[in-house]
Amino acid sequence: MTSGTLLHQITDYANRADPYPLYAELRRTPVARQDDGVYTVSTYWEINSLLHDPRLSSDARNRVPLADGSLSPDPEEDAALPPSFIRLDPPEHDRMRRLATRPFGPPNCPRRIHDMRGELARMVSDLIDGFEGREQADIVDDFAYPFPVMVICNLLGVPHQDETRFHGWADTIVSALDPSPAEGAAERQRVAQQARTELGRYLAGLIEEHRRTPGHDMLSALATDHGPDGRMSQLELITTAVLLLIAGHETTVNLIANGALTLLRHPEVLGRLREDPDLAVPLVEELLRYEPPVQLLPQRTALADVDVAGTLIPKGSPIWLMLASGNRDPRRFPDADRFDPGRRDNQHLGFGSGIHYCFGAPLARLEAQIALTELARRLVNPRLVEDPPPYRQNPVLRGPRHLPVSFDGLTA
Amino acid sequence: MSVDGPTRTFRRQGRVVVVGASLAGLRAAETLREEGFTGALTMIGDEPHGPYDRPPLSKQVLLGKTPADGTALPRRRAIDAEWRLGVAATGLDLTEKRVRLADGQEVGFDRLLIATGTRARPWPRDAEADLDGVFVLRTSDDAARLDQRLAARPRRVLVIGAGFTGSEVASACRERGLEVTVAERGPAPLVGALGGVIGAIAAELQREHGVDLRCCITVTALEGDPAGRLRRAHLSDGTALDVDVAVIALGAMRNTEWLAGSGLGAGPRGVACDAGCRAFDVHGIVTDDIFVAGDVARSPHPLFGYQFLSLEHWGNAVAQAETAAHNMISAGPDRRPHLWVPAFWSAQFGVNIKSVGVPPMGEEIAVTQGSLAEHRFAAAYGFQGRVIAAVSFDHARWIDFYRERIESAAPFPPDFTGVDRPPGGVRPVPADFPDPALPTHGPTVTLSGYSPSDRRVTFTPARA
Repeated sequence: MTSGTLLHQITDYANRADPYPLYAELRRTPVARQDDGVYTVSTYWEINSLLHDPRLSSDARNRVPLADGSLSPDPEEDAALPPSFIRLDPPEHDRMRRLATRPFGPPNCPRRIHDMRGELARMVSDLIDGFEGREQADIVDDFAYPFPVMVICNLLGVPHQDETRFHGWADTIVSALDPSPAEGAAERQRVAQQARTELGRYLAGLIEEHRRTPGHDMLSALATDHGPDGRMSQLELITTAVLLLIAGHETTVNLIANGALTLLRHPEVLGRLREDPDLAVPLVEELLRYEPPVQLLPQRTALADVDVAGTLIPKGSPIWLMLASGNRDPRRFPDADRFDPGRRDNQHLGFGSGIHYCFGAPLARLEAQIALTELARRLVNPRLVEDPPPYRQNPVLRGPRHLPVSFDGLTA
Repeated sequence: MSVDGPTRTFRRQGRVVVVGASLAGLRAAETLREEGFTGALTMIGDEPHGPYDRPPLSKQVLLGKTPADGTALPRRRAIDAEWRLGVAATGLDLTEKRVRLADGQEVGFDRLLIATGTRARPWPRDAEADLDGVFVLRTSDDAARLDQRLAARPRRVLVIGAGFTGSEVASACRERGLEVTVAERGPAPLVGALGGVIGAIAAELQREHGVDLRCCITVTALEGDPAGRLRRAHLSDGTALDVDVAVIALGAMRNTEWLAGSGLGAGPRGVACDAGCRAFDVHGIVTDDIFVAGDVARSPHPLFGYQFLSLEHWGNAVAQAETAAHNMISAGPDRRPHLWVPAFWSAQFGVNIKSVGVPPMGEEIAVTQGSLAEHRFAAAYGFQGRVIAAVSFDHARWIDFYRERIESAAPFPPDFTGVDRPPGGVRPVPADFPDPALPTHGPTVTLSGYSPSDRRVTFTPARA
C-alpha cells in the first residue's frame, strides 16, 4: 500500500469512525509525500516543531499550484472577503489577532471567560431539563450543537433566533473544509464562497447595529474599541466575525459529542466524573488528545526547503499537519491509544500550537468541562444506542453527526 | 545486581538532605519521591517561609495585584519531609557527611543536594544600605516591604541597576504612576544579558514609558536625614537626586559561603559540578554523594563548548533539580546529563521578553522576524558561524524554533526564509556586549535522540 492511498483511506468516510489504526500506519513514515504533492506530517515532535517554524505559511497565496487541485481546497481563496487571521501570516496575522483578543482575553479582558461560568451552567441545565420525560436524546442535536451556538451568539452579540439563518451558511462553509477528493469539489468551493459572502453580509448588518448601539458583546467592542493598534477595518471586522462565529461552535460541538461518546464507552470514567467534578479538567485535556475535534491542519505551505526528520519538503509544497495522529504518537505519550484522564504531561496538539494556537481554547475548555460534568451528573444510567454512531462527513472537523443515547431519567 | 544492590537499599532507607527550600529544592524533593525514594528526607531553608515562587515578586506583587505571601509554589505531590525552616546551613563536613546548622545542630546524610541559590547583592556601604528607604528585592519579605513603601506613594524612586530585576521594578513603578529614575553603569538596560542592540530597544521602552533613564552612570552615595531616612542620591556625573526610595538591583551573589573550607569546589561563581549534577571537590575530583542544582550550580554544557554555565533561570532550577534528584537515586548507567537549553523570560513595560541559548556568547545579532522599531521581533545571536541564542519581544511563540536552531548548531547568519521578515531584510550586526569574554571553541557536539526528554550527547572530534 502506498502512503497516497493511505491518506485517501483516512479521508474516506468509511473510516471516519475509527481512523486511528490508519494514523498509526501513517506514522511509520513521519513525513510522507502523497501522490499529489501534499506532504503529511504525522509524528508528535515533527508536527510540534513545524507549528513553531516560521518557514511555514498559513497564507494560501504562498502555495505553488498543484497538478491536481483536489486535495488543496481553500474556501477563503478568491472570496469577496479577505482571509481571516487563521489564513494570514505575521505581521498581518498578529495585528488582527491582537485586535480580536482585546475584548476576549488577557490582558484587557482577563476574566471574560471565567465570568461566563454561571451563564454556561444555566444553559446546560436548561438543555438537559429539556430531556425530561424522554427515554432517549440525540446528544448532538439536542445538546452538543445548541449549547455552543447559544454561547457564541451571546459572546459575539448575534441574536440567537437567527440561528436558522446562519446555520445553513455555516454548514456549507464547513463542508468545504473537507479536503477529500470528491465529485464536484470545485462546485462545493464556489457554493462555500457564496455562503461566506452571505454570512458576511448578514454579520455586516449586525455590526452596523452594534456600532450605533453598543452592548457588552464582542462585536460591539470590536466595532467601537480603540486600542494601540487602532481598529479593524469594516472588511476585517466582517471576516473576523465570520471566523469567530463558525470556529466558535463547529469545533466545540465535536469536542462535547466526542466527549460524551468516549465517556459512554468508558463507564468507569463516567462514574468517576459523576463523583468528582474536578476530574473534568484533566478529562477534557485527555479528550483533546484522544479524540481531538480538529484532526488535521491541511493549510500550511513551505516558504523554503524545509528538512523534517530527514525528509526535504520543497519550497511551495502544501503540508498537512496530522494533529490527531501526533496525539497518539507512542514516542510522545506512553500507552497512547489508552484513554486515561489521569495522564500526566499531557501537552496534546488538540488546539494546535504556535501563533495559530486555538483562539477560543479557554472557552472551549470551559464549555466542555461544564457540559460533560452535567451530563454525567444528571443522566441516570445513560447508554449508547448505536456504537459507532453515524459520523459527520468531514474528516478535518471530525465528530458524530448524531449520538442517540438512552437513559432511565434525570436527577435534579 | 552488585551495582544495583546498594542503590536499591539507598532508595529504600537512605538519608537525603536538601539544603535550600526554594524552587530547586522543592522540585528535587518531589522528584525523589516521585521516582520511588522512600528514605528520610530533610529540607533545610534559611527563610522562615515554605517554598515560594520568585518571578511574581518583581511583577504582580510590586503592582499590588498579588500579596507577597501569595506566591507559594504549587505542590506536585506530598514529599513527606522533615522541614528545618528559618535556620541556615553554616557548614559541611564531607568526611563525616554532616551539615552544620546555624542553631548549632547537625544533620547527617547519605546524599546531599545543595540548592542554596543566590541572594541580592547588597549596597556596598553598610551605613547607606541601612537607611530607611533603601531596598533590595529577592525574597518575599523584601517584596512585601517594597510594595508597602510604593503604596505610600514616594515622590521618586531610584532604581540602581537596569538588569531584569531593576527594569521590572521600574516598570512596576511606572504602572503605579510613580516617578522613577534608573541609574545604570552600562550603556543601556539589559546590556549584560542581551547586548547593546537589544539594550537600545530596552532603553527606548523605558523612556517611552516615562522612566528617567540614566546610563553610563553610577550612584556614588546615598544620603539620609538625621532620622536615618533616605533623602538624596549622588551620581557620578556630579548631579544629585531627591529620592525617598532606592532599590538596589545590582544582581545576585551565590550562596556558597557556608561551604568554605568544606573541600568542595565552591566559590563566588557557584558550586562546580559535572553534567550529572555531582559536585566537584577542590581537586577537581567528582564527588558521588554531593549533588547541586539551581542558581548555585555551575555545570558544563556541551552545546556551549563545555563551558561551565551558572544560570539564574527559573526553568533551569526545575530541570536541574529533576536531573539531580533522578541521579541521586540511580545507579551509574541510569543517570542522565543535565542538557537544558538556557531560557528565561521577563515582563516589563507591557512587553513579553523571552530568550533561549546564551546570548552573551553571541558575537553578532540579526533580527529575523518582525521589526525593532515596533518593539515586536525575534532576533538570533551568532557565534563562530552558528546560532547560539535568540531573543524575542512579544514574539514568544516562535522561541521553540530558535531553540531547535541552537540545538542543531544551525548556521549564522540565519539562512531561512520565513514569515514576518523584517522590513530591511536579515542583516547581522555586532551584538555589542560590553565584555565579550568569548570562550575558545572546542570540538563540535550535537544533540541527538528522538525525544527531547531522552537526550544524549554525541561526540564528534574536531577536524584537524
